[in-house]
Amino acid sequence: MIRIQARTEPSSLMKVASPLLAIVLTLIFGAILFSAIGKSPVQALHVLLIAPLADSYNIGEMFVKMGPLLLCAVGLSLCYRANMWNIGAEGQLLAGALGGSAMALYFIDSESVFALPITLLAGIISGMAWAAVPTFLKLRYNSNLILTTIMFNYIALYLLIWSVHGPLRDPDGYGFPESALFSDITLLPTLFEGSRIHLGILFAIISGIIGWFILSKTHLGFQIRVFGADEPAARYAGFSSKKLSWFVMLFAGALAGLAGVSETTGPIGQLTPNISPGYGYSAIIVAYLGRLHPIGAIIAAMFMAVLYMGGDLAQIEMGIPVAVISMFQGVLLFFLLACDFFINNRLTFTNQATN
Amino acid sequence: MDADLIVQILFAAIKTGTPLLFIALGEVICEKSGVLNLGQEGMMLMGAVVGFLAAYGSGNMGFGIIAAMVMGSIMSLIFAVLVLHIGANQVATGLALTIFGTGLSAFIGADFVGQTIQGFQPIAIPLLSDIPYVGQILFSHDILVYFSFFMTALLVYVVNKTRIGLTLKAVGENPHAANAIGIKVLRVRYLAVMFGGAMAGTAGAYMSLVYTPMWVEGMTAGRGWIALALVVFASWRVGRIMLGAYLFGLASIMHLVLQGLGWSISPNLLAMLPYVATVVVMVIIGADHFKEKLLAPRSLGKPFDPRNMA
Repeated sequence: MIRIQARTEPSSLMKVASPLLAIVLTLIFGAILFSAIGKSPVQALHVLLIAPLADSYNIGEMFVKMGPLLLCAVGLSLCYRANMWNIGAEGQLLAGALGGSAMALYFIDSESVFALPITLLAGIISGMAWAAVPTFLKLRYNSNLILTTIMFNYIALYLLIWSVHGPLRDPDGYGFPESALFSDITLLPTLFEGSRIHLGILFAIISGIIGWFILSKTHLGFQIRVFGADEPAARYAGFSSKKLSWFVMLFAGALAGLAGVSETTGPIGQLTPNISPGYGYSAIIVAYLGRLHPIGAIIAAMFMAVLYMGGDLAQIEMGIPVAVISMFQGVLLFFLLACDFFINNRLTFTNQATN
Repeated sequence: MDADLIVQILFAAIKTGTPLLFIALGEVICEKSGVLNLGQEGMMLMGAVVGFLAAYGSGNMGFGIIAAMVMGSIMSLIFAVLVLHIGANQVATGLALTIFGTGLSAFIGADFVGQTIQGFQPIAIPLLSDIPYVGQILFSHDILVYFSFFMTALLVYVVNKTRIGLTLKAVGENPHAANAIGIKVLRVRYLAVMFGGAMAGTAGAYMSLVYTPMWVEGMTAGRGWIALALVVFASWRVGRIMLGAYLFGLASIMHLVLQGLGWSISPNLLAMLPYVATVVVMVIIGADHFKEKLLAPRSLGKPFDPRNMA
């Protein structure tokens, strides 16, 4: 019979294998689902996973989507390691887009070479500010970070909608809730001719490397790791929980804000109400799938970007609702959490029932 | 403002607060057993879409409600298995449930967006509804609002006056002690989580069958999260949840009040009010750190593994 037995040491093999296993199980789930709704599972999986990588245009679009996912996920990885349950990447991204766009519109007639850096900085600072308020409320008033960051996501969304209906609306835009198109001086340069891949993806990969460096090579990162693994031990060692909380939250806010401003000054080129198809929420899954490790997040963000692209293609080519993507994300996290059980446990097979 | 307008506003506050009341009643029972389920939004959306489809397909509203309850329970069962048996992190699993439910509900309901349905009609309770003002505010609602009154009363009684309530609290306060006196901790938690799922499903059905009444993607607009704050606001006391739900309901319809006062503010800014109110409430309760520690179920969010007891 099969018995569940606790491992004496956590399995380092399972730590790596678990996300891969979860992906495979999610794909099997997807195949079954597509059969159930009368679509060819082979074709569906091909459209979801292979087609996004099939030609250079699609690969370029995949990298465009990977940028914001990765920027948000790197910040969240550090937050979750320090036990700061920041669910607010979406709001911080929107705040960054809003702040950055306001600055870009200010520079609309400018020729200054500083216009783009200042615009990006405005986005970063807006994202940090949006993360700072819930952090302050948690540290000063002990308010629940999960709930306040989520509420700030909604508040940011309505603030964005309000501003494109009001102060930031294009006066020549026939009343559409959109800002004016930004001037070329504040647009992120593209990396390759004929592709929409822009500087944002470089920011994202650099952020992953910086995140890895902080976490693995600095005393601050050491403190974060100890804090996540054993909070009483970290306190005993005299690590300041306040300082760490501020650091991870502002770092995450800055990256999410950069993601937001990179979207508006990159592929979109103006501020619209729907600049994010839930990147900030998907980044939570990316962070987990990457094992809360910034380098792992790079690989996980690429997978998630493929899934996003695949979702778009599946809608166009097979009429599958695009919502299937967020369903897969949820299933993926379920499977991941379930597979993680085997990091600390294993199945043993015995010939006789034990009493 | 005249009396009629005030009556209308309070009536609307109850109507708007009712879905919050349903989820929060379910979640408080779940949390009293020591389990924090952040998947409310996902369960609620699934309840909304399944309830709508069942009522739309069968033409029977009651069937829609029951289908939504069953769907909510099934969703919560996924959560329960992961959290209670596999020992997965409750926060992460709850988030996964919300993301999954958001996607699945949009997937299922994609072909039915914009279809409308004849919602529940209000039923004025004879005699009671004739009481001036109070009758109009409290007793001229649809049947689900009365059901929420009934559930609140029932849960106040069960939690405070019965053995079931005592068992539930024992499990949430000290699962090890409860286990030692022979209470099946995991069984109690399974039932509490599934009750929470059924209530979240009901809340969803209220949205799609009564409040709107139609199905739109993501139509719950964060109510599942607000309800989680509501439970903390009510200090885990069932009776207070009702008051809190109607206060939040009032915050959600402030635009009516402000219009009544003759103010004009952008509807997009007013739409922020319930979320801002939630943040303010979180700050006020959180500031009293000692009180929150005292009132929260002591094992909230912590896994319990009976194998470690042997």
